[in-house]
Amino acid sequence: MEKKKTANLNLKQYGMVFAMLAIFIVFYILTGGVNATPMNMNNLIMQNSYVIILATGMLLCVLTGNVDLGVGSYVALCGAVAAKLIVENNMNIPLAFLITILVGVAFGAFNGFFIAYLNIPPFVVTLAGMLIGRGLTYTLLENKTVGPLPNAYVKVGAGFFATSKIDFGGGTLDIITILAAVIATVLVIGAELKNMKTQQKYGFAMAPAWQTGAKVAVTLAILWFFFFKIASYNGIPIILILMAVIVGIYHFITSKTVAGRQVYALGGNEKAARLSGIDTKKVFFWVYTNMGFLSAIAGIVLSARNASATPKAGDGFELDAIAACYIGGAAASGGIGTVIGAVIGAFVMGILNNGMFLIGLSTDLQKVVKGLVLLGAVTFDVLSSKKKN
Amino acid sequence: MSDYILEMRHIVKEFSGVRALNDVNLKVKRGEIHALCGENGAGKSTLMNVLSGVYPFGTYTGDIVYNGEVVKNRNIKDSEKKGIVIIHQELALSPYLSIAENIFLGNEQMKMKGVIDWTRTRNEAQKMLEEVGLGGENLEAPVNSLGVGKQQLIEIAKALAKKVDLLILDEPTAALNDEESAQLLEIMLKLKSQGITSIIISHKLNEISYVADAITVIRDGQTIETLTKGVDDFSEDRIIKGMVGRELTNRYPERMDCPIGDVVMEVKDWNVYHPEDPDRQVLKNINIKVRSGEVVGLAGLMGAGRTELAMSIFGQQYGQKISGEIFMHGKPVKIRSVKDAIDNKIAYTSEDRKNYGLILFNDIKWNMSLAALRGFFSQNGIVDSNKEILEAEKYKELINIKSNSVHQAVGNLSGGNQQKVILAKWMLTEPDVLILDEPTRGIDVGAKYEIYCAINDLAKAGKAVIVISSEMPEILGTCDRTYVLNEGCIAGEIFKEDLSQERIMKCIMQHNNRKGE
Repeated sequence: MEKKKTANLNLKQYGMVFAMLAIFIVFYILTGGVNATPMNMNNLIMQNSYVIILATGMLLCVLTGNVDLGVGSYVALCGAVAAKLIVENNMNIPLAFLITILVGVAFGAFNGFFIAYLNIPPFVVTLAGMLIGRGLTYTLLENKTVGPLPNAYVKVGAGFFATSKIDFGGGTLDIITILAAVIATVLVIGAELKNMKTQQKYGFAMAPAWQTGAKVAVTLAILWFFFFKIASYNGIPIILILMAVIVGIYHFITSKTVAGRQVYALGGNEKAARLSGIDTKKVFFWVYTNMGFLSAIAGIVLSARNASATPKAGDGFELDAIAACYIGGAAASGGIGTVIGAVIGAFVMGILNNGMFLIGLSTDLQKVVKGLVLLGAVTFDVLSSKKKN
Repeated sequence: MSDYILEMRHIVKEFSGVRALNDVNLKVKRGEIHALCGENGAGKSTLMNVLSGVYPFGTYTGDIVYNGEVVKNRNIKDSEKKGIVIIHQELALSPYLSIAENIFLGNEQMKMKGVIDWTRTRNEAQKMLEEVGLGGENLEAPVNSLGVGKQQLIEIAKALAKKVDLLILDEPTAALNDEESAQLLEIMLKLKSQGITSIIISHKLNEISYVADAITVIRDGQTIETLTKGVDDFSEDRIIKGMVGRELTNRYPERMDCPIGDVVMEVKDWNVYHPEDPDRQVLKNINIKVRSGEVVGLAGLMGAGRTELAMSIFGQQYGQKISGEIFMHGKPVKIRSVKDAIDNKIAYTSEDRKNYGLILFNDIKWNMSLAALRGFFSQNGIVDSNKEILEAEKYKELINIKSNSVHQAVGNLSGGNQQKVILAKWMLTEPDVLILDEPTRGIDVGAKYEIYCAINDLAKAGKAVIVISSEMPEILGTCDRTYVLNEGCIAGEIFKEDLSQERIMKCIMQHNNRKGE
């Protein structure tokens, strides 16, 4: 007789989602609903897009048990390169973007080479990268802001996807956004059904139906709330599409591919990974090269949104990206963490920032609160996993 | 004062509903060496942790009577004040601090509060070193410049510095070779003559029957029996019977219907130099071969170069300036990385499973699939996670890994089950040659038997197996043919018919003599 196997969902995995919702609701009350206006929801995406893009790359560094401290500088440098080429050399935009990305990748590969093949600690290499990148940015921009950037460029950071608006309850509603939400709904339900089908087919342990149901319901509720809001604003921001694609790709890489598994194995136990046939140097090299690549994209997006490149751009982004990973459940010692977790971590920080701004808390105090949230989230994580053992 | 320095009465200790200790009683006479025996997970270490205050008073029930009074230790400091010192299996030394500093770690000799008295530290440390027979060592040298054996003795010196009355040693010889173990046992006897009582936990039963005055056997969290020297039978078979609850008639399952076939792997003129010192030759002109269906032993003393040989063959993971040739099925192959080794169907399981074998917080299925990820478990770089679960469940069944599911973290498994996970991991790479480095180190008798059965099954399936072991009975019990390594050279090759512990030792001695001439 096959006995029916069930396994409860790991609630801790979803803990940060609830924390995110709780923070959102608290600020909803404090701001009298201002943080849930369509415009503000749109702002949330636009303001946090680059941190989310950076957090996906940073997660890989964190998985190896390290961080990349230079990210903010690479963002500034890449933004500066793109702006310089387009504004001062009149280069066409795709070519300029390509060169910018190559610059980012080259910087990443430079770091990766020192880390992987010369065994220099990543902390030191990327600290140097932080200084070098920032210095190069100042030199390149001659300590000035370069702009304004052409509209086609700005669209990447501040534009919207095609819309088709209808009148709805005193405002407008974008049909294309609603269509995207419908597609996303079908995908979410489809993925869950497929998952259940394989579990049934092989007789794997399944989560109780009510838990799966609740999970899907919460996911869809957030999805629809969000899409409805942006539909009543201006439709889908270009940046949201870019972000979704990047997060999707990196989620796939980390959870489904051999390459992703190798990063986890390296962070979990480097020696064991090496003795299992994993080229740990190569993994290190690509993780840091990739960080340069994503920094370049974030640099383009940031300069586009600001319609200019400034030498101070991206200051402190590395810390936001690292904090997002830790809040999202990644372990500082490596080997534990998910891309989705890092994205949620970034949103937790973003909602917090946004809410504190709306209630008019001083920026000085905002930093204190962010610090405490980071400390609290990681402390909770460490203590709860200790209890489990 | 009573005869007993320590009495533990009706100790019960639960971990989230699971009874790790269920009414354990232990009586230790003053001045004796008392051994605790039992399979892994039987509750030995838990009991000692209760005694030393790692699990504080109140988290267990029952009484601990020490020197005639009931003690309530809240932490290790409490128990150390009373003269109870525990030395854990994992060494608690700070590698870059000096020997003297380590001896007084946490117990610093002070002039005034917080200021170390270096003169007294050195003088006292010297005395302690002489007590443990290391009088000749340089006090200022970092402790990691010593071998594991000597570091273990430093631990004892450290305990002596705390004015110990009751010394608890948890698996003190697990990482030591025979010679070092013998030295440690002699020191235990010497301490006994000075009136220090010891409790020793060990899987090495021959050592226990040699050194112990009494043996208490624990099984499944309960005291089974206490044997006393001179009264009861102290033979290994007798102790094992108590541990496993039945007679284990044969500790090494017989391998039958296992024809030995053609040579699978041959290593010719293998020379390897030390990874940090290019002038120091570690392995000299090694020639070995292994056939399908054959289990070949690599015997030798610690430092003979067995692990170094295995790791240098396995994708040059040890050494530099490696020269020589490897033939697989008669064809020369180039193996420069672990990936090459796996592609050429060679597998190697490390002697240090926690540091080199497993990712402890990952689950069983992830650990099992790691080495075969690229080939067996993926297509176009995408991992087939269903296959992963199915194969892991298959192997869990096949080699009897005891766990709730394949989703359990390997760090929570016992040593024996961890070793089985590693074995499964490498079986999944479908190797022709498996090099097993100390496959049964630190695991209990029952799990050992199962590992030996797995080795037999591998041989029967036509694999070539190389077993590296420091336990000579294990070599005798499992191998068809044995190479004896000594100081980086093959000192001899012995076939099963001639194999005996004496023969191996003689081989080493003769090799040393030949070198001397």
